Amino acid sequence: MCLAIPVRITEILAHDRALASAGGVIREIGTDLVDDLQVGDYVILHVGYALAKLNEHEAQKTLEAMAAIGLASEMSQRGSHEIH
Amino acid sequence: MKYIDEFRDGERARGLAQALRTEARPDRKYRLMEFCGGHTHAVFRYGIPDLLPANIELIHGPGCPVCVLPIGRLDMAIRLVCDHPEVILASYGDMLRVPGSKRRSLLHARAEGADVRMVYSVSDALELARANPDRQVVFFGIGFETTTPPTALGILEAQRGGLDNFSVFCNHVLTPAAMKAILDVPPGAGQGETLEVDGFIGPSHVSVIIGSDAYGFCARQYHKPVVIAGFEPLDVLQSILMLVRQLNEGRADIENQYTRAVTPTGNPRAQAAVSEVFELRPSFEWRGLGAIPESALGIAEAYRHYDAEHRFNMTYQAAAGTRGCECPAVLRGAKKPTDCKLFATSCTPESPLGSCMVSDEGACAAYFTYGRFRQEAVQQQARQRATHKAGRR
Repeated sequence: MCLAIPVRITEILAHDRALASAGGVIREIGTDLVDDLQVGDYVILHVGYALAKLNEHEAQKTLEAMAAIGLASEMSQRGSHEIH
Repeated sequence: MKYIDEFRDGERARGLAQALRTEARPDRKYRLMEFCGGHTHAVFRYGIPDLLPANIELIHGPGCPVCVLPIGRLDMAIRLVCDHPEVILASYGDMLRVPGSKRRSLLHARAEGADVRMVYSVSDALELARANPDRQVVFFGIGFETTTPPTALGILEAQRGGLDNFSVFCNHVLTPAAMKAILDVPPGAGQGETLEVDGFIGPSHVSVIIGSDAYGFCARQYHKPVVIAGFEPLDVLQSILMLVRQLNEGRADIENQYTRAVTPTGNPRAQAAVSEVFELRPSFEWRGLGAIPESALGIAEAYRHYDAEHRFNMTYQAAAGTRGCECPAVLRGAKKPTDCKLFATSCTPESPLGSCMVSDEGACAAYFTYGRFRQEAVQQQARQRATHKAGRR
């Protein structure tokens, strides 16, 4: 029930509505719950409504943190192999 | 798709899994509850348990609205649509196949002539009301905080448009209240009741609405860490690592892994719509958790006109579940789906006996769908049929 997907806004319509693309499938959604929506923004779509805008900068930071964890872990693995 | 593919990347997953194996201490257990059924499914769909060291146990929480709705509430909807031929009941699809009393579901009611429609959004229900001015359209409102704001918007839109033949059967429930109820079950409360949780993988989209600050009580009152996690497999792995680190350091903080969508204070517009239209119910019955005070929303006095319970004089009667069904204990995290005798024998997604096998977020459905039980169930049913046939000869 709480499943929601990221979609890209392709057109702003009147009355708090917009068109959004989910992997190429375009559908009309309600945008009452988000501020300052622009074409090209990504939002989280749930039961026909945008719940929030996705923050590109934060997404990149998360991905970089994940990559850094993997790298650090690999280094420490190598380190421990060399010791033993 | 952007924001999806990069969070399913195998190489990053291997790095995170390696870090988990390195950092999880072999001398202790990590019992982590993923509150949300969406996480349960992500965990099994992507085989996350196979990547974890054996001392990290994932306990599946009650965050599946279809699963936690008590049978008595479902019976109310079935009675409504059977007793009132003028009613069109508009419901999210998940709800239709859940067995109510005497194993009757809304689909059974529909087969007998009741007008039950599956909708994707409350705006579809409003459309039905506009298209059928001589009928009464009742929207079956269920869900946690994620799904509640759209229902509020539906009621506000009905009011603006003077849509008098629209109402809502409100069953919206609150995540923090359920977490409290889980933490309040005293350890050793009785057989099958024991539940020890070291930390929570916090819900993704509930938190988009309510914000990460809403979980402060877990850290303050119960000294349990919470990491709010996105729904993709890498999000879950990173969140587990964040919990392991907190537990290793003896910390109990509220941390946010899903920063691309969740803020400390949540979505103010959604919160405003919800507090305008709804009010706290003094108490609400949950399947598996019993009556929890202030754990659900009802429709506020000013919007009573749109309250189906009021309009149709609907009353709640507690009802017993299917005998042998362990959904209640599964929802508390006290039992695994595989502990249930009915699991994958007489209870399957094709023919469910309990709510946790019906919903796309139910723990039993996750175990069944991704747990290689399907073939065994098919074989067992074939054996049963053969035995039955042989018996008749």
